Amino acid sequence: MQRFLKSTALRELLRPLGQMIVFSLGSSVVLSLILIVLALLLDQTAVGANTLARFKVTLLNYTIVNLPQVLIDGLTLGFVYAAIALGYTMVYGVLEFINFAHSEIFAIGAFVGVEILIALEGKGILSTDMPVGSAYFWLIVALLAGMAAAGIMAVIVERLAYRPLRGAPRLVPLISAIGVSFFLQDLIRLIESVTTGQFHRIIPTFGNFDQRITFGSMPLGAGSIALGVQIKSLIVIVAAVIMLIGLNYLVNATKVGKAIRAVAQDRATASLMGIDVNRIIAMTFLIGGTLGGAAGLLYALKFTRIDPFVGFFPGLKAFTAAVLGGIGNLTGALLGGIVLGLLETFAGTFISVFTMGAAGAEYKDIFAFGILILVLIFRPHGLMGENVGQKA
Amino acid sequence: MKTTSISLQDLLRRMQSGPFPYILTLLHVMVGTYLVYVSPRSNIAFLIFISSLLTLYALKMNTTFKVAIGVVLALVVMPVLGVRNIFYLEILFQICVFAALALGLNIVVGFAGLLDLGYVAFYAVGAYLWAFFGSQQFYVIPYAPGTQPADLPFLLPGDVFYLFLFLGVIIAAITGILLGLPVLRLRGDYLAIVTLGFGEVIRVLANNLDKPWNITNGPQGITPIQRPSLPRFAIDLFNGPLRSLIGHPVKEADIYNVLFYFLALLIIMLTIIVARRLDDSKIGRAWTAIREDETAAIAMGIPLVRMKLAAFAAGASFAGAMGVLFAASRTFVSPESFSFMQSIGVLSMVILGGLGSIPGVIVGAAVVVLLNLQVLQGLSLYLSQLRQSNAVIPIINFAWKNLSTQLDPAKYQRLLFGIILILMMIFRPAGLIPAARRQRELVAKENKN
Repeated sequence: MQRFLKSTALRELLRPLGQMIVFSLGSSVVLSLILIVLALLLDQTAVGANTLARFKVTLLNYTIVNLPQVLIDGLTLGFVYAAIALGYTMVYGVLEFINFAHSEIFAIGAFVGVEILIALEGKGILSTDMPVGSAYFWLIVALLAGMAAAGIMAVIVERLAYRPLRGAPRLVPLISAIGVSFFLQDLIRLIESVTTGQFHRIIPTFGNFDQRITFGSMPLGAGSIALGVQIKSLIVIVAAVIMLIGLNYLVNATKVGKAIRAVAQDRATASLMGIDVNRIIAMTFLIGGTLGGAAGLLYALKFTRIDPFVGFFPGLKAFTAAVLGGIGNLTGALLGGIVLGLLETFAGTFISVFTMGAAGAEYKDIFAFGILILVLIFRPHGLMGENVGQKA
Repeated sequence: MKTTSISLQDLLRRMQSGPFPYILTLLHVMVGTYLVYVSPRSNIAFLIFISSLLTLYALKMNTTFKVAIGVVLALVVMPVLGVRNIFYLEILFQICVFAALALGLNIVVGFAGLLDLGYVAFYAVGAYLWAFFGSQQFYVIPYAPGTQPADLPFLLPGDVFYLFLFLGVIIAAITGILLGLPVLRLRGDYLAIVTLGFGEVIRVLANNLDKPWNITNGPQGITPIQRPSLPRFAIDLFNGPLRSLIGHPVKEADIYNVLFYFLALLIIMLTIIVARRLDDSKIGRAWTAIREDETAAIAMGIPLVRMKLAAFAAGASFAGAMGVLFAASRTFVSPESFSFMQSIGVLSMVILGGLGSIPGVIVGAAVVVLLNLQVLQGLSLYLSQLRQSNAVIPIINFAWKNLSTQLDPAKYQRLLFGIILILMMIFRPAGLIPAARRQRELVAKENKN
């Protein structure tokens, strides 16, 4: 027991958990403080007066009352981004290449999982009043199927579209990846259209996932805001946490992980040490794809509706998260995901109030890109990455 | 394998000498023209006709002869054939628009090696520039979309359009520089993502700038946008001497299409000249150096940021001019036309034709537009005919009737672009017509092997 406590294995299990708690709390506190300062500054201006007129409360009051719910939603979104970002960062760490098609791998995971659930619903197995245990069982089955499909697809893509281009100039595999991304989008659409007649799919409602756990309510002017979290959001967070810990363990405490790190560090030397580089790269894609597929189904669970282009924006934002955290760095992907999720939810909720209704939540996508550009200009190696800015 | 290739080369060499190329070209052009003239609805005839341009380009002939034939084709034959079947003129116009866009993107990606995934943003800037000033939008600003009174005046007369062609160039170039300033220090793949983001930002702005002030009219887009007035002689020409050739009275809208086709052609010509001169200039050599090795280029004293900005601005400016033209020709712009897919479409034209190769890029644009408008839509039409018929696929016993109506090849452009990009990158990264410099490199490599 003593030995196990001291072992790398345990350390690698506990460390990411600790990091996650620290990151979540830390970025929540920091961003909330910034927001509150902003609200304080604007409170005495026309913005404050506008809020007072619209909601009958001061801007500061409005901000603080809304904050807890926004933090919960932001963290949920952040963990989804983090789970997708892991796929980008894994591949980038090993190949220094942006796997543009990762967003479609994500979509494939979502579609396979959702199709299985729809089929189960058609057989009458799924319903809203089914036992909770079997609801979770079927969800996990769908999740695993989505993960498997996405992982296999990622490996196939690597084999067919990336491996022949290894050693070519940087832009060549990137362009090929964009091609793969477009190809897969329409492939999913084609298959869905021909087999089901439509390409928008909605995940069936079953089990108790849509229920909301309420913790209480916050008074706001005359009314109040209920504070709560949907069970499916909790599932998303728990699943993402398990994935992060699992991946961290795999990379830092197993033999395969050591090989992956070796290949990332120096491909030629790794192959001299007896590591089958191609196998390890395929393995990297498999792991990244699997995680992406899982993130896809989690996304479908949270946002219910999917289409073949569903991966595009989450993919871009996850990439932003990976860059924000320092691409190639697993912990960085986690931090970047959380920060971006929080920022985006903040923007979605407060932009409208802070600009007196001139700009709405539509601008939250721009917000993410703005952050990406700022990070790349001022800190190209991200919040946690080493300086790889000009590594050619 | 080897013998066939040699004999093929022999055949090609024999075709390249003596009067043979002249005869072949004239024959091809005339057959194509005749076929399109007699059967204006046939796709195959049109493809034969269009491919005669390729013959004209590929065969070795007197340059004056080539240019003369090309001018006659572009200025006389195509408008007449196009007005006979307006759909062809539309295809020609699209080819011209996308060829100009591809030429512009080629400066950025092909010459300077900066992957720009948000290229249509500059196109959008040009289009919205004229859409705003060439319509009633200025007076619509205080109204929410759809609530403005019907009788608002136009801000500027339609003929200012020609001035805006130049303004579009300038404004787009400035946008290019503004975008380039912060992001050009980034390494290639990051730059790609940031430009992608920028393209999306422009689209989102176009979608949402209908409040608090209604500048872009949101997702509904701006319409009507004015066109320049038609020159008198053009109307007389089409209703006078050319009338009998065309075979039916020509509507004003069709003459407008011819006008815009000519303007697009003009922009392409200018683009080609500028791109050529740039490529051979000191700036062009600096771009090549940056593309091949940034660090070495800096060491050689090339002002990196300034050269990259120049590439961005030059590439953007052509897109700006084309945007103005596009807005006027459609009399309508909406954010839909400037999606990420359009950027990738233009990129796939450049990749297909050959990075850095001017004739290649034009061929790439033509091929992709033709695939898009002729082949995919032709397939769609064919499938829908099959669906209406009672035909059955024999072995699997599948009735065409039951085929999902969702299966519409015309909507699967992404599949097309994706396949083009992947296959070209794997099998022929230099493109259909590699740039001269790449050609020399390829030859050198083969000799080494």
